[in-house]
Amino acid sequence: MPEPVLQIKGLNKSFGPVHVLQDVDFDVYPGEVTALVGDNGAGKSTLVKCIAGINSIDSGEILWEGKPATLNDPRAAAALGIEFVYQDLALADNLDITQNMFLGREIRRFGVLDDGQMEKKAREALSSLSVRTVRSVRQVVASLSGGQRQTVAIAKAVLWNSKVVFLDEPTAALGVAQTRQVLDLVRRLADQGLGVVLISHNMNDVVEVSDRIVALYLGKVAAEVMAKDVTTTQVVELITAGRTGNIGLAAAAADQII
Amino acid sequence: MTAPPPPGSAAPSAAVPTERDHGSFSLDIERPGPRDAVRAYVTRIRSGDPGALPSVLGLIVLVIIFNQISGRFLGKANIGNLPGQGAYIAIIALGLVFVLLLGEIDLAAGTTGGLAAAYAAQAVFAGGLHKGVPGLFYGITLALLIGAALLGFYMRLISGPILVVVGAVLLLSGADKHVIPALIISVSIGAAIGIFTGWLVAKVGIPSFIVTLALFLAWQGVVLYILNSQPINVVQYGFWNGLANDNMSPTWGWVYLVVLLLGYLGYTLSRALRARRRELAGDAISLVLIRFAAIAAVGIVVVAFLNQNRNPNPTAPIRGVPWAAAVPIGLMILCTLALTKTTWGRHLFAIGGNAEAARRAGIDVTRIRITAFTVSSAIAAIGGAFLASQQGSVNLSIGAGNILLFAVAAAVIGGTSLFGGRGKPRDAIIGALVISIIPNGLGLKPSLAIHPEYQQIITGLVLLLAAAVDALSRRRARQS
Ligand SMILES: Nc1ncnc2c1ncn2[C@@H]1O[C@H](COP(=O)(O)OP(=O)(O)OP(=O)(O)O)[C@@H](O)[C@H]1O
Ligand SMILES: [Mg+2]
Repeated sequence: MPEPVLQIKGLNKSFGPVHVLQDVDFDVYPGEVTALVGDNGAGKSTLVKCIAGINSIDSGEILWEGKPATLNDPRAAAALGIEFVYQDLALADNLDITQNMFLGREIRRFGVLDDGQMEKKAREALSSLSVRTVRSVRQVVASLSGGQRQTVAIAKAVLWNSKVVFLDEPTAALGVAQTRQVLDLVRRLADQGLGVVLISHNMNDVVEVSDRIVALYLGKVAAEVMAKDVTTTQVVELITAGRTGNIGLAAAAADQII
Repeated sequence: MTAPPPPGSAAPSAAVPTERDHGSFSLDIERPGPRDAVRAYVTRIRSGDPGALPSVLGLIVLVIIFNQISGRFLGKANIGNLPGQGAYIAIIALGLVFVLLLGEIDLAAGTTGGLAAAYAAQAVFAGGLHKGVPGLFYGITLALLIGAALLGFYMRLISGPILVVVGAVLLLSGADKHVIPALIISVSIGAAIGIFTGWLVAKVGIPSFIVTLALFLAWQGVVLYILNSQPINVVQYGFWNGLANDNMSPTWGWVYLVVLLLGYLGYTLSRALRARRRELAGDAISLVLIRFAAIAAVGIVVVAFLNQNRNPNPTAPIRGVPWAAAVPIGLMILCTLALTKTTWGRHLFAIGGNAEAARRAGIDVTRIRITAFTVSSAIAAIGGAFLASQQGSVNLSIGAGNILLFAVAAAVIGGTSLFGGRGKPRDAIIGALVISIIPNGLGLKPSLAIHPEYQQIITGLVLLLAAAVDALSRRRARQS
């Protein structure tokens, strides 16, 4: 089995009195899709933002390729090769698709923005996702549909030859066809050797596309299982009750958190 | 199969053949010609992005009305005077655009300009600032300059604090008794004020409305202190007086125009050619040339018109492009380049559109916010110099009153949004033209000139109209 490329150990995070993440251990393996599941408010997005350096962490350790890493700045994660597609899409409405995809990492020529080069790369990235609905990469993001925005956000993450990609509910706003495309893409990314983390509430998607499933239950990791070992029903139980059969949090522990 | 486009063909409708895998980016592959450009423009206006159109239309309407009121309005003398009357509003508005793009406001821009001009005037008048103001005050000023530079460097700014250091060095070297160094010092005082303002807003977290309201009030008092409550004339300082009142020589006017036009043509043409070569979204060559021809025609007519003598007394001819027009236009071009061609400008827009997205993209939002205030205040100081030049003196209430509000109105009338993320330096210039044409036009008719109230009422209505256009277009943009 390959070594995990990214390891989170004993991560704790509180917002004021609310202990949102408790001793979370979470590993991302190269070439695998790891699904991160959990009910609304379980702490999935918070975990992602902690890794991204958007939220500070209270305690815990992050290992990148086995070595300790500090991720307290969005650039730090990007520098390692970790990309994020956030649930609340991080796009600037007043900028166009190209400008958004290169935001913070603009290409320059002689110190001046090289819009042509960026435009070309943006179009290539979108083409590689077989996006057919965008008429121009010079379109302002404000004029895009929800699904188109989602695609732009994903393309933005794919652009950077990253090693790990986090996708926080990437299909939530998409139609059937685009959902299909995104799931295919998720699979393709993993097959190319990337570590992909997929957050989703759609159990069919999760079971279909992922290799490994991590269930968060009220801020604790209830179980980490291989997708082929569990049924959809078991995953749903892990999400709603924190345990299923002998997998998951011990009965006492699950009750205690409540 | 895809054949390469015949080289050198610039026919407007000669769309480059679409490549298979780029099939969906239809708009990027087309070369919009003049007709497509017009159509795209109409679509853009209808979809809620009117750009400069309302302000230009408004300007035309005002020109027609004022031309009816007085035949002198479009006369050479009056057109030649207009830039001097509006330059300070245009320049202050230009600086404000940077702050407005962030969705912030700088209420103190006017009095900052006034304060900077007061420093410069006192320094020149007294033969050195230290002779014009009490020693303690001089010391505090110097300490604050150095403090601002250190704070700026600490917040990872570069140009702003360097400018402040230059000002401090000039001040210490005693060069401040000369006009030009004194004016450079005044700009660096503006930059220093901007660094502090930006820090209070972006780092400490006080709303910009409050910080700059406080400074708006405070600077008016400091101005009195600097001036020892005595206005200082600047008419006798040739360079300073010339800012709002002198003209380029006719030859230099042409040189200026040719440089601008060639720069514009070179830039747009090379961009279109590059886009064509690399299959990027871009305009057809014919469209580029038509645009250039239109701009060149307007420029040539204006310069030729301004190069004629406009003094009824032929022994002392007045001719040439006013510096008060050339400087704001030059500044506008610089600001436009800074906003559209640098990462800094791109990040400024991104923060105005979605600060959280900018933060997640790893942009140092605090730093960019501070730089926006720094630029705004430094440019406001230039505006203050033009204001003093136009008024002939640094008076006790310089930069106070309605000036800031007029500058904000100019930016908004031009099309800059108060909510951030949308605006152009060009807006400030067009808006300032609208704002300054109103008192100018009314002033030509004696029966109206004695009623200043009309001026304010009309300006108010124009502003309201501009804001209404803005709001309606936003609503439209949301619906579509
Ligand atoms: N910035 C914040 N300040 C305070 N509380 C927060 C903040 N962000 C998240 N929380 C809280 O943390 C908990 C976990 O939120 P999070 O967004 O991580 O859930 P989630 O698992 O992503 O849920 P969903 O499936 O609805 O997206 C919630 O109770 C939420 O209210
Ligand atoms: Mg979430």
